[in-house]
Amino acid sequence: MLGYIVRRALLAVPTLLIVTILVFLLVRAIPGDPAQVLLGEGAPPAALAAMRTQLGLDQPLIAQYWLWLRQAVSGDLGHSIVTGEAVVPLILSRFQLTATIVLTAVLLATVIATTGGLIAAWRRNGHIDLAISSTASLILAVPSFWLGLILLLVFGVQLRWLPVVGYVPLSEGWSAALAFLILPIATLTISESGVLTRMMRSSAVDVLRLDYVTHARAKGLSERAVLTQHVFPNAFAPTLTLVGLTLGHLLGGIAVVETVFTLPGLGRLMVDAILARDYPVVQGCLLFTALIYVGVNLAVDLLYPLFDPRVAA
Amino acid sequence: MRRGVGAWLGSAILVMLAGVLLLGAFWTPYDPLAIDLGHVLAAPDARHWFGTDEFGRDVASRAMLGARISLTIAFETTCLAIVLGSALGVLSGFVRGWLDRIIMTIADAVLAFPAMLLALALVAVFGGSGQAIVLALGIAYLPATVRVVRAAVLSIREKEYVEAARVAGDGPLRIMLRHVLPNALGPIVILSTSLFGWVILYESALSFLGVGVPPPAPTWGNMLSSARPYLEIASWLSLAPGLCIVITLLGVNLAGDALRDHFDPGERR
Repeated sequence: MLGYIVRRALLAVPTLLIVTILVFLLVRAIPGDPAQVLLGEGAPPAALAAMRTQLGLDQPLIAQYWLWLRQAVSGDLGHSIVTGEAVVPLILSRFQLTATIVLTAVLLATVIATTGGLIAAWRRNGHIDLAISSTASLILAVPSFWLGLILLLVFGVQLRWLPVVGYVPLSEGWSAALAFLILPIATLTISESGVLTRMMRSSAVDVLRLDYVTHARAKGLSERAVLTQHVFPNAFAPTLTLVGLTLGHLLGGIAVVETVFTLPGLGRLMVDAILARDYPVVQGCLLFTALIYVGVNLAVDLLYPLFDPRVAA
Repeated sequence: MRRGVGAWLGSAILVMLAGVLLLGAFWTPYDPLAIDLGHVLAAPDARHWFGTDEFGRDVASRAMLGARISLTIAFETTCLAIVLGSALGVLSGFVRGWLDRIIMTIADAVLAFPAMLLALALVAVFGGSGQAIVLALGIAYLPATVRVVRAAVLSIREKEYVEAARVAGDGPLRIMLRHVLPNALGPIVILSTSLFGWVILYESALSFLGVGVPPPAPTWGNMLSSARPYLEIASWLSLAPGLCIVITLLGVNLAGDALRDHFDPGERR
């Protein structure tokens, strides 16, 4: 078990290195002088010269990468061209909101999807299965931002239960912020539960065919016990991997939902930075999100043996 | 039985979509780009079935032109990812050795980014335009394609008919083109439909964010983006483009499921 953890953690090291190389190269791939790119159009010559030295532009590319990596590790990803704010604190402040929404939504979607998928597999080809499977397939065809717009239309514009625009920061108390968070969380929960339900149903169908399930039933266990104690743990393992991928998918796709609900999260920060050609912020968001994605997938792989001990063998 | 219904429904939707595309190439109810400031934000009626937008342009006509733009981008992106990905996947899986190792290392590195994030980053480099989206999404989905094709090729290369062709004196290029690629078509076709659906979704997301196809050219995504500020006074603006995306994706997904059943009957449940 310990060997598995160490092996898997070591595997993440080259991935991390390659991710940093790609992020580094991406900004270098933007046409023009990198110092100019990172400081913006109106930068004074003295600042440009200082930036060239800081980036090590007179040195070979590998040395430049090493210089950049050392600064990044020490928490220095430069300053925003637009506002002059340091990139790292900016990202962290925006990430708080994004993380709250994404984690809550993924947790809810996992609970809904595993329950729904398990029931659908248990009643395979019956009416309940038809209802659950069709709903899941329909959800797959609905873009999250359109779902968000429709929810806003119903609960914000028509029923007037929830606000249509605006935001109250979490720091001003949960109850005030909650009104602005319900719909984005509901949107993401519904969107992501589609694919997770299908996955859970498909792996539960496979597990339900196995001999040990027949054996558990023959022992006289109730259907509930068979499903929760015997089918669920084994069917959940593949779904767990997908939950990890979903988290990454959401971190990439959160910008659209933040746009619908006018929330100042990490996704919107990156898109606004792209539109404003604020490359230090773009680079920072990209690096930060990719690192979290690698971290989440590592965590999922480390949790995997809890559900499928064969992996760690 | 149920699968049969899905396949029919999916095909019906795709045929209908093709009809609208063909029609839209010759005729739209109004000029999709014509500004009519006398009819701004008009609610749906007999003349404008889906209403007009903030510039008085007919929403139905714009959705028809948007279909052409969105689906062209999805088609080009899928072709780019599939052609390049199949070539690299066949090479990687058939030749093996250091070439395989290099291709797969790069593919895995790119897979370390969520596709949407990578697409956003590439759009930041290429700038926002139709071609940039095709390139960005094509690159973002390339590694997944390489992986799928390579996995299929790995089992095909061990088959007797490949061995037979080798014994008969065929060169590696001929074997790859005549024997390996045709037998990998099943997974490639299935992947193409999934890709096509994903690209429609992601293109609309990028355009919705304002980093995709720039206005005044309509895509379903940027129509939704300009509809957002008018949600409270002109909610119909959000309906037509959103429904277009949902119906199209439903058709593509159902057709994809049917294809999967066809090529892979063991998976039928």
